[in-house]
Order: sequence, then structure tokens, then C-alpha cells
Amino acid sequence: MSAPATYRQPVSRLWWLKKRTYFLFVMRELSSVFVAWFAVFLMLMVFAIGRGEESYQRFLDWAASPVIVVINVVALAFSLLHTVTWFVLTPQAMVVRGPGSQQARAMKEVPVAGKWVPAATAVRVGGRLPAGAVIASQYVGLIVVSAFIAWLVLR
Amino acid sequence: MADSIQMHVTRYDPDQDSAPTVTTYEVPLRKDWAILDGLNYIKDHVDGSLSYRWSCRMGICGSCGMNVDGEPQLTCAAFLTDYAPGPIRVEPLSNFPVVRDLVVDIEDFMEKLPRVKPWIIRDDVTVIDGEYLQTPAELEEYKQFSNCINCMLCYAACPIYGLEPDFIGPAAIALAERYDLDTRDRGQRERLDVLIEKEGVWGCTFVGECTRVCPKHVDPAGAIQRYKLKAATENLRAFLLPRAAR
Repeated sequence: MSAPATYRQPVSRLWWLKKRTYFLFVMRELSSVFVAWFAVFLMLMVFAIGRGEESYQRFLDWAASPVIVVINVVALAFSLLHTVTWFVLTPQAMVVRGPGSQQARAMKEVPVAGKWVPAATAVRVGGRLPAGAVIASQYVGLIVVSAFIAWLVLR
Repeated sequence: MADSIQMHVTRYDPDQDSAPTVTTYEVPLRKDWAILDGLNYIKDHVDGSLSYRWSCRMGICGSCGMNVDGEPQLTCAAFLTDYAPGPIRVEPLSNFPVVRDLVVDIEDFMEKLPRVKPWIIRDDVTVIDGEYLQTPAELEEYKQFSNCINCMLCYAACPIYGLEPDFIGPAAIALAERYDLDTRDRGQRERLDVLIEKEGVWGCTFVGECTRVCPKHVDPAGAIQRYKLKAATENLRAFLLPRAAR
């Protein structure tokens, strides 16, 4: 018996415009380009400072040109999107256990002298921190690191 | 409330049509009717040739998944009144080949699912040894992932699966995680061998839509990201200790 003829549903090139969530995902992916831009911008600034005052002044003039200001404003918006969306996703991707977790024994395979052998292994179960706590701790971390860098640069 | 609602239903007859068409039906709008009841009404009273899958009518069997207004849904769990005044667009699940009308070919999923060995792998315990005991806390670790009913809504929602049909897909990885997290299981490495490949977890770019459409709150996207950490750790270990055979 031959397989029945089936109709393959085409995927539109504009699939990412069909749902708000798809669009947001593509924007989040795109945001990495702008994060990379900030890294390049920062490196250019460091190089300029390294080459002396005159070079730094040239960099500042360039950075103040309307095109660069517009690029940086857009890059800032994308960086904020990048930060907020990834922070929101972290608790889904990562299990962070609090004091309520317990020890359990699981039969797993562990590498011993280059071979995988079955062994009763200790694993932690339960006590998973709520998503809100994980997200909040990331913002606290961001603020602490930002404050430290601000202190380093501005003192 | 109006006493009827229009349903725009996709029809496709492989013997006659080169592409699916849309037929409009008028069905009674009743408060207690799901989309599936509307389809059953069409089949019983208007056109008996309409083809679609269904069985339990209570969100357990996972057979009645279709795209309703473009969103993958169990049609037994989506109510007509939620789409009033209509019309309601009912299409086959996206990303799957259509066999007829609203019936899709699920062969690809059926082939992929056993690749991750979704069962407890354990060869050192016999029946005589008694049951595998487990504490409630140990059960809680994987319980969420065991709620999968293989309805394939996550595959229909995943744009990656649509673009890269080789991707093993959300439900298969969520079920792999379900057994990996089971303290009675010892198949972690066998599953990792399958999922560490490009078509495995690395196909996923964390769109997250699988989790959003899942009618059983399984969170396949979460399972896949957790699996990526395992795969990355293993890759790093293989890089640092190349002589330790996998």
C-alpha cells in the first residue's frame, strides 16, 4: 500500500509577524546585535582613552554626532528588552533551590576512571525558589555590579 | 446571545484537491458546547464526510488538537462562546502534513518520541526485589513533566519545528527530562546521547511558545533549557577529559 498523498503546510517567511510572542522572540534575538554594538562602542572608547586626551576628545565628538546618538538610543532600548526578557526567562531555565530542599538518592551513571558506572548518587530535591525571587535576585545583582562600576569610574 | 455561530473549517481531499479549501458552516451557539461539539454537529447534521480526530472529550487523550483562530488548542477544551460572535477559524495543526480535512500525519512525532527512551531504564533490579520506592518530594521533581498527553500542540506552536523538521521537538525533550529526573531511572546518559546532537536540544532557541500552548502546563521550554545545561556540561567534560569515553 502506498502512503496517502499529504499536503505539506508551507511556513510563511513572515511567520514571526503572526503572533505577538513570535515577534517578541525575534526582537529578543535581534537585541544581541545591539548588545554586541555596545561592547564594540565601549572598546573603541577604551582605545581612545588609551591613546591620549586628544584622541578621547575626537571619540567624544564622534559619539555626540546625531547618527551615533540615534544608534545608541535604539541600542539602549534593545539592551533593556534583552535584559528584561532574559531575566524573566531565567527561573524557567534554571532550578535554584532554597533551604527547603532535601537530600535524595538516585541511581545514576557517573564517570569513574574514564568509564560510566551505575552508582547511587546524592541529588537535591524540592525547595525550589519561586520565580519572583530568582528574577528579583538578578536585578539586585545588576544594581550591585552597576553601582560598583559607577563607583570605579566616577570616584 | 446569538443562537448560532459560523465556523470556517479547512477541508482537504487528497484525491481531488491540490490544496486545502475553507468551507463555512453555521452551528448552534450553546454555552456548554466546545469547538469539538460544533464539529460533531457538522458531521452529524450537515456533512458526514468531515474528517477529524477525537476521542475522550475531556482533555486526556490528546487527539483533538487543531488550530483554532490560528492558535493550537484541544478542541474539546475551547468553547464556542469564547469565540463569539465568530466566525471561528478551525484548521489542522500547523507544521504537520495534512492527510485529510483536519487530520494530520503524526508519523514524524511517533518516530521521534521513542528515540529519547521515555521509560524507566533500570536493569539491576528484578521484580522479586519489590517496588521502586520514591518519596513525595522525589515524585514532585518530575511530576509536572509526566503530565504530557502527546497532543502535539507544542509541535504546532514551535516555529523551529516548522522550519527545521529534523528538530526532535518540545514534547520528546520534556519526556526525556521527566525520566531523567526520576530517581529510579538510570538512562540519563543514553538519552543525552540523542539529545546532545544538533537536532536535539540545540535546535531550540527558546521561543517559549510550546509552554504557552501546553494544555497540561508541562513547560517543555523549561525542560529543554535545563537539558541544555546538562548537554553543555557534558560537552565541557568531554573537552577537558577527552580520554573518558562517553
